[in-house]
Order: sequence, then C-alpha cells, then structure tokens
Amino acid sequence: MSAPLLQVQGLGRSFGGLRAVDALSFDVAAGEIVGLLGPNGSGKTTALNLISGALLPDRGSVRLEGLELAGAPAHAIARAGIARTFQLVRVFERMTVRENVQAGLMYGRSDHRADPAELLVKVGLGGRDALPASQLTYIDQKRLELARALALQPRLLLLDEWLAGLNPSELVEGVALLHALRSTGVSMLLVEHVMDAIRSLCDRCVVMNAGVKIAEGTPVDVLSDRLVIQAYLGDEDEDVRCNDV
Amino acid sequence: MSAHKIFPGVAIVCAFVALGFAPALGNDYTTSLLITLLLYGVLATAWGLFCGPTGYISLATVAFVGVGAYTVAVLGEQLPWPLVLLVAAGLGALLSFLVGLVTLRLSGTYFVIFTFGLTELLRQLVNWYESTISGSVGRFVFVDASSSSFIYGQLLVLLALVLGLGWWLSRSRLGFALRLIGEDEQAARHCGIDTTRAKLIAFTGTSVFMALAGAIVAPRWTYIDPAIAFNTIVSFQVLIMALLGGLSRFWGPLLGVVPLVLLFETLIRHFPNHFSIVLGVVFLLIVYALPRGVLGWVLERRRLPESTR
Repeated sequence: MSAPLLQVQGLGRSFGGLRAVDALSFDVAAGEIVGLLGPNGSGKTTALNLISGALLPDRGSVRLEGLELAGAPAHAIARAGIARTFQLVRVFERMTVRENVQAGLMYGRSDHRADPAELLVKVGLGGRDALPASQLTYIDQKRLELARALALQPRLLLLDEWLAGLNPSELVEGVALLHALRSTGVSMLLVEHVMDAIRSLCDRCVVMNAGVKIAEGTPVDVLSDRLVIQAYLGDEDEDVRCNDV
Repeated sequence: MSAHKIFPGVAIVCAFVALGFAPALGNDYTTSLLITLLLYGVLATAWGLFCGPTGYISLATVAFVGVGAYTVAVLGEQLPWPLVLLVAAGLGALLSFLVGLVTLRLSGTYFVIFTFGLTELLRQLVNWYESTISGSVGRFVFVDASSSSFIYGQLLVLLALVLGLGWWLSRSRLGFALRLIGEDEQAARHCGIDTTRAKLIAFTGTSVFMALAGAIVAPRWTYIDPAIAFNTIVSFQVLIMALLGGLSRFWGPLLGVVPLVLLFETLIRHFPNHFSIVLGVVFLLIVYALPRGVLGWVLERRRLPESTR
C-alpha cells in the first residue's frame, strides 16, 4: 500500500496546563473519509485547527503526501492542498456568492482555474451568483463555504461540524451532498456529531476524549467500543454514586 | 469597450487637464485652497486604499507626512529636488514597512492605538534630537521647489497616481485579498492568502504617497517644527474626510475631502479659537448621520451592493 495522504503523528498542543490535544496520531488514505469524533471539549476542533494551521502545534508532525506542514502558516497549508470549513459558518458576508467562490479560486494551488458557476451548481447554489452572501439561509451559507473550500482544489477537505444546526430535511440534503462529493474522490476528515451521517459516510473513525485518541476503526466498531460509550455517557458506577449522594 | 465605460475615463482625463490650468485662472488664494484640496485628496485616498478594505484604522498618516517634510527640511538644500523626493519616498516606505511588520499582527483597537502612539513617539524623538543635538527645535525650509504652481502641479500628478493605484487595486488580486481580509481575516488565510504580506505591501505602498505629499508641500510652510510636521489633528482630519466620502470605492474619500476642506478653511477663518470644538462636533455629526459616507448613502438610495467595485 502506498503512503497515506495525511499522516498525523504525535500531534500536541497545550493551553496553559490544559493538554487540548495530546500525542494524537492517525492517517487518512487517499479517497478515504475519516470521522473525528468525541464528546464536547475533547479536542476535535483544536486538532482540526492544528492540521489546518489556524493554531501552531507544540509538537508532532502533520504530513500531506510526505510534505511536512506542522508549524506552517495557514495560507501555505491551504495552498498545499488542505481546505477547511468552520464550526460556525464563516462566509464573506458583504460579498456576493460568486466573489466568495473566487476567493477560494484565486489564491489556491491550481493553475487550472475552475469555473465558479460550475462549483456553485455542484453544491446546489446554481444561479445564485450575484446574491450577497449575507442573504443566504444558514444551509446555503454552509454550501457556499463548502464551494469556497472546494475551489481550492484540495487533496484533503476538513469539515468542522458541517452538518450541525441543520433541520431534518436539510440534513438529508447535506448528507446527500457529501455523498456526491465522496464519489468525486475528495478525501475528507470530518468532525461530526450526527451519528447517522457518520455511519453512512465514514470509512473509518478516530475517537478522542480529553485530548487523546481512545479508539479507531470502522464506525460500527468504534460506536460500540466500551471506552467510547464511557466517554460519551460516563461510567455506570459513577452514576450510581451520584444517585447515592 | 462600450460608451458608458469609455465616458468616465474621458471625463476624468478632461477633469485633470482642466485642473492643470486652474492656478492660471485664479488668484493666490484659490491656488492655495486648491493645494490644500489636492494635499488632503492624496492623503485621504491613500488612507482609504489600505484602511477602507481591510478595516485597519491607521492614525499614522501624519507620521509619514512628517517624515516627508523633514526629509525636505534636512536634505532640501543639499540634493537635487527629484532626489529629495526619492529619499522621502524611501524613508516613508522604510518606516511604514517596519511599523507594518510590528503592528499588522495586531487587530482592531490595538492597531489604532499603536499608530497613534507612533506619531507621538516620532514627534517627541524629532523634538529631542532637534533640541539637544542640532540645537534648535525649528528648521527653515529653503528649496527652489517652492513656487505654488510647481507644488500644485506635483500634487496633481501625485493624486492622479494614487487614484491610478486605487483603480488598479480595485481590479487586482491584491485588492481583492485586502477586501477579504476586511471581511474575515482568518477565513482569508484559509483561502491561501498570505494576509501579513498583503497588508504589508498595501500599507507600505500607500504610506509612500503620504510621505511624498509631505515632502511636496513642505516648501510652502517655509518653517517647520515637530509640532507642525507631526500634528496629529491632520491624521484625524484625513480619517474623517475619508469616512465622510465613503470607503466602498477607491475614489470615495474624495467626496469627503472637498466639503470638509472648504468647511475647515471657513472655520479657521471665522472661528480660529474654537476650531477644535467645531471639529469635534463635525466628527460626531458625520459618524451619526452618514455612517457609511456620502458614497454609501448614494449607493443605498440606488440600491447597489456596496461591495461591487
């Protein structure tokens, strides 16, 4: 088997005494979709920020196709082929939908520039080019953010809770869109809480708790893992003790 | 190219040619007024090119003007005039590059305060140098380039250049990057934009125009001292002119320069002692009544999106 697309090794970052991410290691193979799971505050978003260069790691390495990216500035990582979306959607609100996509096209790594209109059709925003981004609904802003990330022609797409905050019907559309993307061969690392989406989308999952990796494997395996259930729901014994008090 | 695209270009060229003849038609007073208009036109446009799209509010305008003016005061008699201008531009670029390197990582309020502090620091430094080392706080500016029609001509060219820079920025990758930085700097970085580099280039480039403007008008003052050359009120005036005009187009600040220069001129003439108070009231009124400037107000009424340049 060839070298993995993304190779994270011993990645760590502390804030004061808190080890937000501690000795995190995992791989993402080309074409693979990996879920990064864990309860709130377990360090998933921090891990994503370290990989995308929004935060500098204290130690460890992040390699994309063998190229060391740990400690590189965010713009260099974006150009190297890692694009991301944000947990709280961040589109350029006072700009048009088209300009938002152009932002991704213009400074990316590709010499071949895709057509913004085509990308917008791909995420389901066809014909909305001239609208100000602020006038889009929440899910459409998420679509736009995805189009902007895809405009960079990334090797790896980092999605930070891209499905969060969608209503049930939007969720179905959202999952369908990610499925469609998957068929185009984009590799993805998703931080996600929506279990149905994880089961249907992810080839593999990495589960974190309190900054460390506690499980790795297929969605079915990790979701039935004792440590994972414990991390999400707590210990049986602890519950009993709480009840006693 | 369609007629409605050619027309503005032709109109602008005609306007500049007409302005070129303006001093010959008026008297000394009108020429002096026109020089003030051009000076603030250059400063407010240059200020708006960086601060408008990025949202980084700089109060260091007069620091670069002062550097230009002092270059003339110190070197004006020793070097030929074009070389003096070159040195002024170089020093302005060097200073703004260093300041940018240190401060452009700061955001919002911290950047404003730093740029304001920088001006004060420069003023005090020059003050200290002049009083302890060169022995006299003020300097006379004696150069050949002091005729008002020559100063006027140079400023007119400088205004054309800074507007040309604005036009180029409005359609360039760098200009687009600056707007993205103003929208959401972190998201811009993750789009592959080297935001520090973009800000540094734009801040340095526009500051050079401020230094040149300072160098060109210095001969008019005939005498300068640190309080004149680094007068912080000028930074505030430039800011309020640009805000009144509007920042969503590169030529927007000019719309604020004309009324405010005329207003300040009238105020100084009739209320020399209460100038600062009235200035404060004008600031308040503008921010309150026209938060997005004349340009924003007009565009809103015509329902054009502000962001489309």
